[in-house]
Amino acid sequence: MAQTIEAAPPGRTGGESGAERPPRPRRRPRLPAPYLLIAPALIILSGVLLWPIVQMVWYSMHGYSTRHLMPNAPAPEFKGLEHYQTLLSDPAFWRILANTVVVCVLMVGITLVLGTLVGILLHKLPKWFSTTVAIGMMLAWATPAISASLVFRWLFMPGRGLVNVTLDRMPDWLVGSGWRDFNWFLEPVPLFSVLILVIVWQAFPFVAVSVLAGLKSIPHELYEAAKVDGANGWRSFWSVTFPMLRPLFALLLILQIIWDLRVFTQLYILANSFQNKSVYLLSYYIYQQGFSANPPNYGMGSAIAVVMTLMILAVTAYYLRIMIRQGETR
Amino acid sequence: MTATASTHRRPRRRRPPMVLARRAGLYLAGVAVLLFSVFPVYWMVATAFRSQGEIFSAEQTLFPRTLTLEHFDRVVNGRLLPGVDFWQFLTNSLIVALGSVLLGALFSLLAAVAVARFRFRLRTAFIVLLMIIQMVPMEAIIISIFINFRKLQDASGITMLGNLTGILIVYTAVSLPITIMMLRGFVAAVPKELEEAAAIDGATNAVVFWRILMPLVAPGLVAASIFAFITAWNEFVVALTFLGRSTDSFTLPLTLSYYFGRTGTEWGPIMAASTLLTIPVMVFFLFVQRRMVSGLTMGAVKG
Repeated sequence: MAQTIEAAPPGRTGGESGAERPPRPRRRPRLPAPYLLIAPALIILSGVLLWPIVQMVWYSMHGYSTRHLMPNAPAPEFKGLEHYQTLLSDPAFWRILANTVVVCVLMVGITLVLGTLVGILLHKLPKWFSTTVAIGMMLAWATPAISASLVFRWLFMPGRGLVNVTLDRMPDWLVGSGWRDFNWFLEPVPLFSVLILVIVWQAFPFVAVSVLAGLKSIPHELYEAAKVDGANGWRSFWSVTFPMLRPLFALLLILQIIWDLRVFTQLYILANSFQNKSVYLLSYYIYQQGFSANPPNYGMGSAIAVVMTLMILAVTAYYLRIMIRQGETR
Repeated sequence: MTATASTHRRPRRRRPPMVLARRAGLYLAGVAVLLFSVFPVYWMVATAFRSQGEIFSAEQTLFPRTLTLEHFDRVVNGRLLPGVDFWQFLTNSLIVALGSVLLGALFSLLAAVAVARFRFRLRTAFIVLLMIIQMVPMEAIIISIFINFRKLQDASGITMLGNLTGILIVYTAVSLPITIMMLRGFVAAVPKELEEAAAIDGATNAVVFWRILMPLVAPGLVAASIFAFITAWNEFVVALTFLGRSTDSFTLPLTLSYYFGRTGTEWGPIMAASTLLTIPVMVFFLFVQRRMVSGLTMGAVKG
C-alpha cells in the first residue's frame, strides 16, 4: 500500500481524492474555473431577473410614472406604504384578489383532478390506444397560449361561434334559450368559465403524462395486495397510488398554482380590453397600472406585483423545502 | 402490459358483460379525452381552410364543405392589413428565438459544467437562486425590467425597447434556469473517468470538452435548445410591453394579437396565422415531450 502511494506520480492524484498535499501546478488554475463558467449565466440572470425583484419592492414604495423617466426628471418621491394602504382600502382590489384566488383554485383543482383521472385512464388502456390519446393531448399542450386563446374566443363568439350555435340548436328545455347571441366576454362568471376552460385544456396533459409516468413506477404487487384485502378502485387509489405519488402530486400542485396565478395572455385575448375592471386578475391589474393606465402608475403596479409575488413565494417556500430535502441542490 | 394482463385474468371472477361494459367505458372515456384535446386544434385548422362565406354563415358546420388557401394567401402575402408584412414578423420571431437559443445554450452549458463538475463555495447558493428565479412570475417584474431597459437605453444610446435587442436578452435569461438544470443532469452522467483518461493521454481541456463531453451531452443540449426555442417563440407579455407600437419589430404572437385587435372578426386569416405559429411548436414538441416532463418534475417521481 505505502509503496503504491509513493510510486504514484504526483501529478496524477488530482484534487478530488482528498490528498493532503495536492500538486500546485494542477490546483492553481482550477480554482477560479467554476466562477468563470457560471459568470455569464449569473450576470444575465441577476441583471435581468433578480435585481428587478429588489427594484419592484423599491418602486412599490415610491410615486413613479413616465415623467420620472424623462431626462432631468425629479427624483421619485418616497411614499412609504401608501400604495399598499390605498390597495387594502380599495374594495375593487379586494374583489380582484378574491377573483384571482377563486379562479386559480378552480383552474388548479380541475386540472389536477382531470389530469389524474386521465393519467389513470391511460395506464389502464392498451398501449396503442393510450399512445394515440397521448399524442392527441400533446396537441393541446403544445398549442401556444396566444393561438389557444384566439381559438376559444372564436369558438365562443356571439352570433357565429360554434359553441353558441350548438347550444342554440339544442332543445330549450335542456339548456335554455337565447344562446346564439350570448356574449361570454362581458361578465366575470362566463368570461372566467371560458378562461378556466382554456387553461385546463392546455394544462391537463402535463399532469396526465406526469401521473402516468408515476403510475408506471409503482410496483404492481401493491395493487394485488390491496385487491386481496378487498379494496376497490377508490380505496386502492387513496391507500396505494396517492401515498406512493405524494411527492409528485405536491410538486404538480405547486407548479400549477405558480403557473395559474400569473395567467395573462389568455385573459388579454378573451377580455380584449382594460375597460371592464370586474374581469381583472392580479397580473392583468399589474399590466394595466404599468402600461395601460394614463399616466402609468409604476409604483402602484409594483405594489400589486409585490402582493402577487408574496402569494407565490408562500407556495414556493414549501416547494423549495421539498427540492432541498430531495437533494436537488446537492 | 401489466394492466392488460390483469384484465384478461378477471373474467374468472366477474361476469363477462360487466367486463365488456367496463372496457367499453374505458375506451369511451379515452375517445372523449382525445376529442376534447384535439377538437380546438382541429377547429383552428378547419377555420383556416374554410371559405369566407362559410365562416360568416350563421350555420357553422363541423366539416368544411370547400377547402381554400385564400386565408393563408392573405396572411402570407400581406393583404390582410396594409403595410403588415408576415415574412418580416416570421424573420423577427426566428431571430429572437434562434438568438436566445444560441446564447442560452452556450451560457447554460458552461454553468451546467460548473455545477455538475466542481464543488465551489457559491454552488448551492447558485442552484437555489436558479430555483427562486423560476418561481418569480415575469408579470410581476415586467415593470422593473421595462424601467431598467428604458434607463439603459437613455444612458447608453443602445436601443433596447421597440426593437429585438431587449426581448432577446430577456428570453435568454428566462430559459436559463431550466436549461441549466436540464443540462446539469447530462453533464453529471458523463463518467468522470472518461475525461480523466483523456487528460492522462495528454488531451487539453478544449479537446476533452469537444471530443468527450460534447458528444455525450448533445442530446441534452438539443432538448434544452428546443425548450428555449418554444419559450421564446410563444412569449407574449414581454413582447407586448417592449415592442408596443413598433410594428416593424413585432414577433408572431404579437402579430396575432394585432390582427385580432385590428380586424376583430377576420377569423379565417387569424386562424391561418395561428396555425402557422403553432406548427413549429407541435413538431418540436413531439421530439422533447418526454424530457419536458422529466425536466419539469425533476426528481419527484423517484419517490
